[in-house]
Amino acid sequence: MAKYLLLKHYRGGPAPTVDWAPMDQWTPDEVDAHLRFMHDFGARLEETGELVDAQALSPDGAFVRYDGEGRPPVTDGPFVETKDLIAGWYIIDVESWDRAVELAGELSAAPGPGGRPIHEWLEVRPFHGVPAAVPE
Amino acid sequence: MNGELLRDLVPAVIGVLVRRGADFASAEDAVQDALVDAVRGWPANPPRDPRGWLITVAWRRFLDAARADTSRRRREVRVEGEPVPGPVEAVDDTLQLYFLCAHPCLTPASSVALTLRAVGGLTTRQIARAYLVPEATMAQRISRAKRTVSGVRLNQPGAVATVLRVLYLVFNEGYSGDVDLAAEAIRLTRQLAARIDDEEVAGLLALMLLHHARRPARTSPDGRLVPLAEQDRSRWDRHLIAEGVEVLQQALARDRLGEFQTQAAIAALHADARTVEETDWRQIVEWYDELVRRTDSPVARLNRAVALGEADGPRTGLAALAGLDPALPRYAAVAAYLHERAGDPVTAARRYAEAARSAPSLPERDHLMRQAARLNSQPRS
Repeated sequence: MAKYLLLKHYRGGPAPTVDWAPMDQWTPDEVDAHLRFMHDFGARLEETGELVDAQALSPDGAFVRYDGEGRPPVTDGPFVETKDLIAGWYIIDVESWDRAVELAGELSAAPGPGGRPIHEWLEVRPFHGVPAAVPE
Repeated sequence: MNGELLRDLVPAVIGVLVRRGADFASAEDAVQDALVDAVRGWPANPPRDPRGWLITVAWRRFLDAARADTSRRRREVRVEGEPVPGPVEAVDDTLQLYFLCAHPCLTPASSVALTLRAVGGLTTRQIARAYLVPEATMAQRISRAKRTVSGVRLNQPGAVATVLRVLYLVFNEGYSGDVDLAAEAIRLTRQLAARIDDEEVAGLLALMLLHHARRPARTSPDGRLVPLAEQDRSRWDRHLIAEGVEVLQQALARDRLGEFQTQAAIAALHADARTVEETDWRQIVEWYDELVRRTDSPVARLNRAVALGEADGPRTGLAALAGLDPALPRYAAVAAYLHERAGDPVTAARRYAEAARSAPSLPERDHLMRQAARLNSQPRS
């Protein structure tokens, strides 16, 4: 088994295939269908024993860095509209890269306006695992 | 004997060990070990005197640990042999533990963790799960907290107010894991109320009972948040409400008002209304005035603006909101609600979308997003 991060973005990544309106412009039923899909996706991963963690992030926040001895850290925020912005993640523990890609494909098919799949780009990233007991 | 009754005994047993000469940290560990033994052994072989059993086993565990630890050799000499019978309980050990675990030298998170373990008798694993942190992290938090209070004598009176703040924090965490923290907070507050005659302890207990009573109606079967105005009030727990109101009335009759009694009075007024239309908003505003006078809390002012909007109309509510800091949590959600009531769905939708972005929880975010979507998809003239 290997762990992968499925990263959702508010913005950033390759150009979207379909440029959907923001969710607050959808109908309440479309919002519901989308939220139900996300919930069910997590529940299904739990059932198959592949879910490690799922979290959603607020778009608020800032960049922070050290600014030298005795000085308070420098913050840079809120985030600029053009920059890549992470929305949340699923961490999965699966048999293979192919399985991770398959699951990301399913997640990307979450319904949007008119119930059509949103084709959202998801970033799939392998974790550096722990060293094996038997080195190859 | 069920787990809760067993856990009721924990603080008193820790107290006995401490009076026999154990330090708090070791006594607490020994009682946790004894609890594990009890959970394993009691179903097949229940003791006649559960408290006596726990004291005996915990004391033995303490002695074993003290012997095993060579660096504790000196104390081992002191505690070796038959336990010295403690003096007749002049002080209430359980009460002292509440004070110790909420000691002002601890951070709120440490106080919460230590209270749940030493007073509540929960395991580190259970507490970790409830707060969604790794068990090792919670274990570390608890042992640091124990070190921090190691110099505090257990027989000093503490401040009730700090204990109440800790219990209120536990209650507000709700239920995320396999431990129902709201129910646990109620159990601990009940236990405290039985030991100390204090109007604010009663006020907090009433507040918890009245909020807990509404819990079944607060989420729909599919996990959606249901706002107060839309809740199915037949699903409110009438027994809990009756108990909460009675506890509150007894406290209020003594005419020593405090913050928690005031909040409980507001909760009682909501619980008292059979329909949302029956809500006595005028009185609720008065209680919020009282709460603002007492606490000067911006959150109380925000809630007062909502109540004012109901009592005197949304424009009055918006005027009250205008004086507050827009960075307050839920400020945008309140503004959205009042703007919609004032007949401005465009502004309301914008504020709901804004509120969704900074929502403190996912169910709340989803709820606010639905509100924005609802307003944006309405036909506009």
